[in-house]
Amino acid sequence: MATAPTQLSRSTGEAVEYRGDAPKGARWWREIGWRHIVGVVTIIYCALPLLYVLSAALNPGGTLTGSNDLFKTISLENFQRLFETDFGYWAVNSLVICTVTAIGTVLMGGAAAYAFSRFRFRGRHASLTTLLLIQMFPQMLAVVAIFLVLLSLKDVFPILGVNSQIGLIMVYLGGALGVNTFLMYGFFNTVPREIDEAAKIDGASHAQIFWTIILRLVAPILAVVGLLSFVGTYGEFIIAKTVLQSTEKLTLAVGLYQWASDERNAPWGQFAAGAVLSAIPVILLFLFLQKYIVSGLTAGSVKG
Amino acid sequence: MTDQPTAVRPPDTEPDATSKRPRVRGPRTDHSPARDFKPGFIAKLVLMALVNAFGLYGILAAAGVESWGIVAFLVIALIAANYVYFARRAVPMKYLVPGLAFLLVYQIFTMFYTGYIAFTNYGDGHILDKQGAISAIELQTEKRVEGSATYPLTVLSGDDGLAFAIVRDGEALVGDIDTPLEPVDDVTIEGSKVTEVPGYDVLNFGQIAQRQAEVTTMRVAFSEDLGGGSLRTQDASNGYVYAPTLNYDEATDTFTNLETGTVYTPDDRGNFVSADGERLTPGWKVSVGFENFTKMFTDSRISGAFLQIAAWTFAFAFLSVATTFVLGLALALVFNDPRIRGRKVYRALMILPYAFPGFLAALVWKGMLNERFGFINEVIFRGADIGWLNDPWLAKLAVLGVNLWLGFPYMFLICTGALQAIPNDVIESSKLDGAGPFRIVSKIIFPLLLVSVAPLLISSFAFNFNNFTLIYMLTGGGPNFPGSPLIIGSTDLLISMVYSVAFESGVKQYGLAAAVSILIFIFVGFISWLGFRRTRQLEEL
Repeated sequence: MATAPTQLSRSTGEAVEYRGDAPKGARWWREIGWRHIVGVVTIIYCALPLLYVLSAALNPGGTLTGSNDLFKTISLENFQRLFETDFGYWAVNSLVICTVTAIGTVLMGGAAAYAFSRFRFRGRHASLTTLLLIQMFPQMLAVVAIFLVLLSLKDVFPILGVNSQIGLIMVYLGGALGVNTFLMYGFFNTVPREIDEAAKIDGASHAQIFWTIILRLVAPILAVVGLLSFVGTYGEFIIAKTVLQSTEKLTLAVGLYQWASDERNAPWGQFAAGAVLSAIPVILLFLFLQKYIVSGLTAGSVKG
Repeated sequence: MTDQPTAVRPPDTEPDATSKRPRVRGPRTDHSPARDFKPGFIAKLVLMALVNAFGLYGILAAAGVESWGIVAFLVIALIAANYVYFARRAVPMKYLVPGLAFLLVYQIFTMFYTGYIAFTNYGDGHILDKQGAISAIELQTEKRVEGSATYPLTVLSGDDGLAFAIVRDGEALVGDIDTPLEPVDDVTIEGSKVTEVPGYDVLNFGQIAQRQAEVTTMRVAFSEDLGGGSLRTQDASNGYVYAPTLNYDEATDTFTNLETGTVYTPDDRGNFVSADGERLTPGWKVSVGFENFTKMFTDSRISGAFLQIAAWTFAFAFLSVATTFVLGLALALVFNDPRIRGRKVYRALMILPYAFPGFLAALVWKGMLNERFGFINEVIFRGADIGWLNDPWLAKLAVLGVNLWLGFPYMFLICTGALQAIPNDVIESSKLDGAGPFRIVSKIIFPLLLVSVAPLLISSFAFNFNNFTLIYMLTGGGPNFPGSPLIIGSTDLLISMVYSVAFESGVKQYGLAAAVSILIFIFVGFISWLGFRRTRQLEEL
């Protein structure tokens, strides 16, 4: 019975914003007012770097020093200049690589979760345990081996080797099953088996049940896993930096790193403009994902 | 699908081996998809045709470059895939195979391969196998043979790139980088030189001058045998005979220097070495046992730096979790009062650092922390020159500070969620019993909160343990340890040390890097095991 009062108190706290007996004067300061001060200070702390990068992006001077007077001059020159650089390639690369990886992750993870959740076969428990073990080790720990494997793959399938975006996507897909199957498996188990049994009685094959019934019922978790995979791949750096080599093939993470770490030329304004543009899709996705994060649905998935 | 018209019998959800029912169905009810073409089946056929075509191409290509491991894997994988998708049993495998294939190659295999590399001296100078190393040594030690003949040479340009033509004993020979010199017919010879060869253009002086570097470094073999020497030129008009100064004798497995008579024998480190210790490069890849592991602890040039990095990795991961959790929890407690106006606005703005991509945040902070021009020094410290990223201790502080900014909103979110799940009546009743706010937090809220948050704290620890992006982008691991043969520094984590050792420290040492990876595997495995014990996730399967 522990959950009932919880939900009750949560719903009253959130929905009604109950503040009927808000105190006044000194007592207000003691109980509520100081919280606003903490809040304002925290927000300044949170927002300052973001305002700084936005101001640097709008500042046509484009140097580190010139960026220190926030919002002194405002122009879109840096953004216009981005189009003369490789930024466009990087943005397209990132979008394509992340989208394909996200779709592949959702399909393969969903299929695996379906198999684990709906079939009882020999080795099922052992496979689940193995997956759980593999899930502990991030793929990047094997970055040296991944590089060497792609190096030898280059002789056989040049398209899957080093300096190929398809090769990079394949590497990312290799990590798909380990990370997301459990999240999906749990959700698949919440869909009553009676539904697929009824479909089976009506003559549906296992493939029809999977594609037309189950996948639709678990659409929320598919969206979450897809978005998490997208965001995760978007910020992935070490494997992308190891695998991709030519400038026009880089992802945003690797490309922008090159700009920001270029000490001599330091195209700071250009970097800032690129950073603002590349942050926008992820911020939007995160605002959307926020409620899943709070509800603990994504328990265990951490972003830096 | 008419064999179960009214389906009174229970659906066959558990296809166990004892039930033969599906296989004793009469031919009338056998719905093999091959007799009943549906769009789904056609899609499967097309996909499997593509997979098979891709696999067969791979088998041929891999056999061409003699990668027998890849050939074996592809053969097995293809047979397995075709069996799974065309046999009517193994239904669960139809859903597992695609994911498993990727998992096998890019995660499980790479893990074991890391383990293998960790026990070898794979790296610059030891990339090739022994046969490759022998050919490379023979090629590298070629010298002009003293007193040998000089051949009048013509530089040609053909379909396969440059070629050389010479006249030897009145006979014209043509060869290029890939094909040794061979006699050619229908050649025009004027004086002592070749002036026309069918299928080739003769390069003139201007063209030769343009491709000078290519011409002077070109090597055309006299015969298929590597030891047979080669034809090279310096001036594009005279060809000289080059022969290896080192001769490999297969019977004794040694190299002999033809000029000095020194004998080089193979050692167990993957090099040919002479009696007085002179080493021939390149060497080849050999197993070195636990040397990569012991090196980290006993090699005096590395061990100090390695132990510091290992200690800092643990400290960084622990302090990151601690600082972000404390700040996140404090803020969650402060804002867990429904009487505050605009709580939602505060929350939305506080999530911003979490939503901002981590790699961009690290780069922006790197600019803000710049010693001479950065925002922090120039604006907040009024022009002081504080070397945030250049002093070993300040750099550590800066890394933790930036990670605090990045990480506390996550902790704030999960703590807020956990706080709201704590029943209000527990707190009310403790208030009635006379507990003060501090006691309520420390004795009631905190223990209850920790139950639900602890697994997330452990996974956050594991994440920060390998937070490569932050370190690499913010400090690059620096400031570097002076005098270390590796480019590693005081903010390097073990994972960034792996990257540096493997790719950025001048001499690439894949073996040592893989050994450090293995240590991280062990640490991370231990941490996760602690996490599992708490969550007992294993029992819920």
